Amino acid sequence: MRTFLRNKGAAAGLVLLVLVGLVAAAAPLLFPFSPWDMQGAPFSPPGEDGFLLGSDSLGRDVAAGIAYGAYVSLLVGAVSTVVALLLGVVLGAVAGYLGGWIDDAVMRFTELFQTVPGFVLAVVIVAIFTPSLASIVFAIAIVSWPPVARVVRAEFMSLRSREFVQAAEVLGRSRLSIVLRDILPNALSPIVVLASLMIASAILLESALSFLGLGDPNLMSWGFMIGQGRSVIRLAWWMSVFPGVALFLTVLALNLVGEGLTDALNPRMSRRR
Amino acid sequence: MKFLRFLALRILKMAAVVLAIVVINFMLIHAAPGDPASVIAGQSGAADPKFVAQLREQFGLDKPLYEQLFLYLKGVVQLDLGTSHRQQRSVASLIGERLPATLLLTGVAFAFALAAGIGLGSAAARRAGKLTDTLITVLALGFYATPIFWVGLMLVLVFSVWLGWLPSFGMGTVGADLHGWAAVADVVPYLVLPSLTLGLFYMAVYARLTRASMLEVADQDFVKTARAKGVPEGRIIRRHVLRNALLPVITFAGIQAGQLIGGSILVETVFAWPGIGRLAFEALLARDYQVLLGVFLCTSVLVVVFNLITDLVYLVADPRMELS
Repeated sequence: MRTFLRNKGAAAGLVLLVLVGLVAAAAPLLFPFSPWDMQGAPFSPPGEDGFLLGSDSLGRDVAAGIAYGAYVSLLVGAVSTVVALLLGVVLGAVAGYLGGWIDDAVMRFTELFQTVPGFVLAVVIVAIFTPSLASIVFAIAIVSWPPVARVVRAEFMSLRSREFVQAAEVLGRSRLSIVLRDILPNALSPIVVLASLMIASAILLESALSFLGLGDPNLMSWGFMIGQGRSVIRLAWWMSVFPGVALFLTVLALNLVGEGLTDALNPRMSRRR
Repeated sequence: MKFLRFLALRILKMAAVVLAIVVINFMLIHAAPGDPASVIAGQSGAADPKFVAQLREQFGLDKPLYEQLFLYLKGVVQLDLGTSHRQQRSVASLIGERLPATLLLTGVAFAFALAAGIGLGSAAARRAGKLTDTLITVLALGFYATPIFWVGLMLVLVFSVWLGWLPSFGMGTVGADLHGWAAVADVVPYLVLPSLTLGLFYMAVYARLTRASMLEVADQDFVKTARAKGVPEGRIIRRHVLRNALLPVITFAGIQAGQLIGGSILVETVFAWPGIGRLAFEALLARDYQVLLGVFLCTSVLVVVFNLITDLVYLVADPRMELS
């Protein structure tokens, strides 16, 4: 923890992330109306007509959209990362612990999903299953689990032959209990590092999907706002600039935190300074 | 001989991957909520019943699933990717028409990202810890966190809307009937912003990778030996450090090529670039799933081909590589 906070970038990232979280949580208090409702004249520039960050083509408040969108971004990022972690940890653990032909089969499967262009697959999945929170989370998880499986497999392969695992086997403990209580806790730090970076890329993916019009139609999201601003950029630059800045800052914060975690938890993997 | 065996094995593996992707495509059509016939027709529930019945016949949708899969595979092998009922044209011809534009865009973006990334990364590594290094690291971190479509919009805002230097959409002057070099020169200004947009993110990735890899190599014994022998510093960097440091960058660049093609959907949407990415976006708006699945298959094949090329480049770059 101390190593983590000594890293200035990581500390700044954490502060930024907490701020985004606060904005997301306080959205209903700051803007006690739906971000979809018309609040004034359309295309009001920032600072005019009571709009801090301007209004969009339907007179909706851009600032309110950003606040509510923060919640959606964080939610999708977190949930799809959890789903991807579950998939990746289970497959990686099975492959690494059991080895043999099961390992071979799982790794071929993983390679296939690493070869397929992830973003295109995500687009196809969301389009065919119709855009909703569930289909977006599913699509992002499907394209993000392979690196987890690889890392977990490598950890399990090296840990399974260690003495404390052999001791547990001699004691006659069940395989499941050994995996869950002895191996997994020792493989946790690379998983944590990976997870923080995965949330960042999940948020980017969600924004890209909703930019293409594949967002959940009931949820205001940053990507959707940028997509709305695309065709009117000559008229209202603020519609696409501000949601993009929010997106940039959030992803940057997560990347900084991820790098801080890498330095703190995996000294061997860390960048040289 | 060994090389031919390696090549044959790799091509066999490629074929297996492509086959698996075709099966995924097939499963997606059938996993979709509702009737697969209406998915193929590209309409949700409101399709003409006569038309749907005809589709059902054509795709053998009343036959058992494995027979349907066989029919589908047979079609794909004959390059029949189905028909876009919205455009009344075969998916294969639609993709074939749009593919060159995408290859041009991604090729230029890839070359730019690789050259600029390696340049910036090695500049940062040579001055590790100094101001240049910090600047380049911050720049790379920034582009790494920026959504690609937003970079595109911001470039349009600055260079087209505010400065008016470059065109913001399309791939050539509308209505201009140009030939030869004049036609090429006409495309160039239209190419600048899209390829910059697509390339900047990957430039950041390669810069970070090159920097880390060069610092790693610079610490090794053979570099110290070269320095002790009195080899000039520039030569050490070029011949000893950079050459060895580039191997992981090449590997990674090959893997990333697939993401680059995926990113072109976003960039082509922003800039109305008439490639397969734009085709996918149009298909998305029209719920034309056959086209969408065709684009998915086509990009997957491109990735697999790209990976093979990477392997071959690797063989040339590192003669120590075992053919396996």
